[in-house]
Amino acid sequence: MIEVHDLSKRFGRVRALENVSFSCPDGKITGLLGPNGAGKSTALRILYTVIRADSGTASVDKLDVQKDSLRVREKIGVLSDGAGLYPNLSARENVEYFGRLHGLRGRDLVARVDELVDVLGMSEFADRRAKGFSHGQRTRVALARALVHRPPNLLLDEPSNGLDVMATRSLRDMLRRVRAMGVCVLFSSHVMQEVAALCDEIVIIDKGHVAACGSPDGLRAASGKDSLEDAFVSVLGSGDGLA
Amino acid sequence: MTRRLGVVFRKEILDNFRDRRSLTSAMLFGPLFGPVLFAVMISFALDRVVSSEDAHIRVVVSGGQHAPKLIEHLRRANADIVPMAVALKEAREMVAAGREDVILLIPETFGEAFRAGRPAVLQLVSDSANSAAEEGVRRVRMMLGAYAGGIGAMRLQARGVSAAVTIPIAIDDVDVSTPAARSVLLLGMMTYFIIFSMLMGGLYLAIDSTAGERERGSLEPLLTLPVSRADLIVGKILATAAYMVTALAVTLIVFAVVLTRVPLEDLGMTSNFGPATAVRIFVLMLPFSLLGAALMTCVASFTRSYKEAQTYLTVVLLVPTLPILFAALNAMRPSTGLMLVPSLSQHLVITGLMKAESVPVSYLLISFTSTLVLGLLLTGLATRLYRRESLLG
Repeated sequence: MIEVHDLSKRFGRVRALENVSFSCPDGKITGLLGPNGAGKSTALRILYTVIRADSGTASVDKLDVQKDSLRVREKIGVLSDGAGLYPNLSARENVEYFGRLHGLRGRDLVARVDELVDVLGMSEFADRRAKGFSHGQRTRVALARALVHRPPNLLLDEPSNGLDVMATRSLRDMLRRVRAMGVCVLFSSHVMQEVAALCDEIVIIDKGHVAACGSPDGLRAASGKDSLEDAFVSVLGSGDGLA
Repeated sequence: MTRRLGVVFRKEILDNFRDRRSLTSAMLFGPLFGPVLFAVMISFALDRVVSSEDAHIRVVVSGGQHAPKLIEHLRRANADIVPMAVALKEAREMVAAGREDVILLIPETFGEAFRAGRPAVLQLVSDSANSAAEEGVRRVRMMLGAYAGGIGAMRLQARGVSAAVTIPIAIDDVDVSTPAARSVLLLGMMTYFIIFSMLMGGLYLAIDSTAGERERGSLEPLLTLPVSRADLIVGKILATAAYMVTALAVTLIVFAVVLTRVPLEDLGMTSNFGPATAVRIFVLMLPFSLLGAALMTCVASFTRSYKEAQTYLTVVLLVPTLPILFAALNAMRPSTGLMLVPSLSQHLVITGLMKAESVPVSYLLISFTSTLVLGLLLTGLATRLYRRESLLG
């Protein structure tokens, strides 16, 4: 369960976020849709505690991200933009490292990593060094790393960026599976199709403001359009920056 | 808390260990380069000391037939006489071009002036700008001086005058410098080689675990884990320090092996750079590993990329030389105050150990403690730097 209330953040003179509020319920996939530079990453980075908001509050499972950042981090799994891995460690070791830092150890850790290798279809490259992995392979490892401690909340920043069709499909399957386990999933994207295909709740964000939010049906009804794509365009004024 | 620090530590050790290129440069080039270069330099220094008085020197002589006794004298003094009829102009050209170091020209009038008891003029052609020839020229000059002195004394004696009247003052040189003290510069280099290879040992890990991690995008996910930034950074610093300690051990072992082949005592250093000295230097240098690791980590966390970090850290490699250079130029003696200065204190103590002088235990303690304290302070600073938001760039 993620709640964001009146969040603002500036970088120098750039207002990245202004009074942004939204919430993401458990067991649902919430999509943060917006053009590049809309503030999606900033919102996610505040939520996963690597930067601090200037004002407003954000909480994960009722824990404030600034006051209780260590405990918040126990409750979230994060797939950040770029999915940086350690090239000298194998896929499995990359995941294990994060598992250990989450406090997993011994047989539990091995079993959990085995499970993720299986579920995410990583067995082919699980024991190879991450140097030279394809983008899809890297994303799968990074996703396994985000899920290793069975987080109740999953935050993903543009997870399907650069993935091919098959990899995108398996990512979607994975997110649905995680949702079925009651996890609160929040991901950002500038791809309308993807958000439309996957999300239960949509937050449209533009120039640091929340332009609209609601379920796909709700958005369609509110804008009076038949297709979700038209609804997005009518909310944003134009489709610039979206794909 | 400490368990997570241990997880970070072990991962960084493994990660760096698998990077063959940085590992070879850290564990091989750094620790080998210093000792081997040091040994080569000492061998050269010894060569010069040993060879200078005994080695034969080549002297081109023109007109040797006008002064056979003088030539005979030069030969006995280990000069290899090469007779060659050249005029002054040619002789100048040959020396200026560096084909010959020294040419002696004996004019026809030499014998006449000699017999008449007038100063007989010789021409010695040399290039004072050529430092390699300097030693040979000095020796030829001394040989000629010795010959002239002997002849002069004989002439006086023939006239019933003691040669002593021509020496109104006799200077008795009392030089308090020992061969040991003269080797201070070489010893300074030894300390620096040790420090250099330690820093090299940790350099790559210090860059990789900070700037490298940020550049490759793995820092941001790492910071979303329930691990305090202090645990992260201290784990990284300790891993870097561990590599530095390993590099130190390798360097000292290589030094011990290499230096058994060099007759150090000829330069007045203790020749037993054996296990005892090595262990003492090891213990003395231990706190420097924390200091160096924390310093490099601090510097690297200001930088935005791997390349930038490398550039800045190259400067850091030079920083420890400054106090050593300063001490060498000013011929500083160890004192309690100087023991507070890292790198300088290690240098002075190592110099003392190598010269087999007694070093007060208090000096060792002060050096160890002050370096350790500074290392801890820098570790604290690195932790603070890691809390900054701009760390992520």
